[in-house]
Amino acid sequence: MDLGIIYTIWLREIKKFTREKPRIIGNLAMPFLWLGIMGVGLSATIASGGNYMAFITPGVIGMSLLFTSIFSGVSVIYDRQFGFLKEILVAPASRTDIVLGKVAGSATISILNGILVLILGMLFGGITIEMITPGGFLLALLFMALISAAFVSLGLVIAASMNSMEGFQVIMSLLVMPIFLLSGAFFPLDNVPPVMGIAAAIDPLMYGVDGLRGALIDVSRFAFYTDLGVLAAFSAAMIGLAASMFGKLK
Amino acid sequence: MNIISIKNLTKKFGDFTAVNGISLEIDEGEIFGLLGPNGAGKTTTISMLATLLDPTSGEASVANNSITKKDEVRKSIGVVFQDPSLDDELTARENMDFHGRLYRMSGNERKARTDELLKLVELDDRADSLVRSFSGGMKRRLEIARGLMHLPKVLFLDEPTIGLDPQTRRKLWDHIKQIKKQGVTVILTTHYLDEADSLCDRIAIIDHGNIVALDTPEKLKGILGGDIVTIKVDDIKKMEELLSKEKEVKEVRNFDSSLNILIDDGAIALPKIIQLAQKAKLTVSSATIKRPSLEDVFIHYTGRAIREEEGDNKQTIRAMKGRWR
Repeated sequence: MDLGIIYTIWLREIKKFTREKPRIIGNLAMPFLWLGIMGVGLSATIASGGNYMAFITPGVIGMSLLFTSIFSGVSVIYDRQFGFLKEILVAPASRTDIVLGKVAGSATISILNGILVLILGMLFGGITIEMITPGGFLLALLFMALISAAFVSLGLVIAASMNSMEGFQVIMSLLVMPIFLLSGAFFPLDNVPPVMGIAAAIDPLMYGVDGLRGALIDVSRFAFYTDLGVLAAFSAAMIGLAASMFGKLK
Repeated sequence: MNIISIKNLTKKFGDFTAVNGISLEIDEGEIFGLLGPNGAGKTTTISMLATLLDPTSGEASVANNSITKKDEVRKSIGVVFQDPSLDDELTARENMDFHGRLYRMSGNERKARTDELLKLVELDDRADSLVRSFSGGMKRRLEIARGLMHLPKVLFLDEPTIGLDPQTRRKLWDHIKQIKKQGVTVILTTHYLDEADSLCDRIAIIDHGNIVALDTPEKLKGILGGDIVTIKVDDIKKMEELLSKEKEVKEVRNFDSSLNILIDDGAIALPKIIQLAQKAKLTVSSATIKRPSLEDVFIHYTGRAIREEEGDNKQTIRAMKGRWR
């Protein structure tokens, strides 16, 4: 492992991100709509069961991490089509370091985005500053990092196996949307039919959202180390898969 | 001294043989040209030497390292690909800096080398502009500068002037000659004959994955020995027949609806050729005499002309990028 290479790839991601200010707004638009419309709307309908806005804020953070991370990984297709990937692949750098650099860069941006969504959730009154403990906040950051790492790598795997953006719509509706909808971001999974429960149990984002919920509002289905363990294992597997697929890329 | 040596290098894609067992030695410090039409195997050859493609069989070494030692070879080469490979959302300096970091250069080295190279390719006044705003020629120059960033021993240029206007091409040639003066060996592919002629110390003509000729441009042109007389005549078939019976005619080729006649001293031969036509009641509508060019050499070896094919799907991809962003 060469930290210099990882830092180099990370730096490029960050530089490009800071240069595209509209992207920050774009990334916040969807969380804003979910919190502002779904959150406000359903809060007004659901009388019982407590604070719905507080319930969905971690869910919206998870959703936002999922979308920004997957897209960031998949965007390597552009680097492929526009040739820049060749510049990286012909350099004397290991493919694993290149993948780790990309993951680190995209995860940094996703975490930043996650924090902004958290602030947004606070502005909508779901989570109050008193609810967040320093330990809980750090744990939330850790979950954000793992969710990002997992889905950036998944995006890279998709990018390495696709030649153009043509198939991206299919990936979105057959892979990303189910991951998002089954994650329990918007409704509790405690009373769903068994089939759906099983499907949710194999959804890695479900553990991410559950972990975030535990860390931020102290409500969760599993112990934090269960969530953490499943997510960490999934991230590691995805990073490994991405690195191996990049190694074969020409 | 050989800086590159290639032995029986072969690359097959399924049933298709892109490079068919070529062998070749390239000397240190020369500008070596791989000349051939699109699809001849030039890019495949370069990709194998640059460790981006594994050969099907055969071997090659670059700067004393077998191409199977990828990282060693990669450190000693710079590559400018046929398609642009810059990050156009970064500035020229940032592209250079990124490259320097990938090759583990120190901060001071990167700064000094960037300044020096951007000056060499006359982009020093645009160092901090986004590459997006650069013209095609500027991008190429920047890519060449970037390829030289880490002081490679060998620089590969794959079709360096493709799609550039004539003036920009000439300027780029000057830059490439400058690079040679710094002691870097340059391997370039091209399907422009004038480019190979004016730049290269030696040329390998490649066709269908084989090297069909290899020598200096002068000697290659000398192979044909004599002048080329090109005539247009109303009955080409008949004229070709007549000429092929003449002893002085070294070669006659029906090409592009005219006849190319290889013959000693064209100025004396031309009147005789016209007389011959008149005797057979044929009308010569035009005639030119010239020294053989590389084009003629190419036709001599392959039986056809190098033609540029415009098959570029980059436009559609660019349109797609716009849609997704």
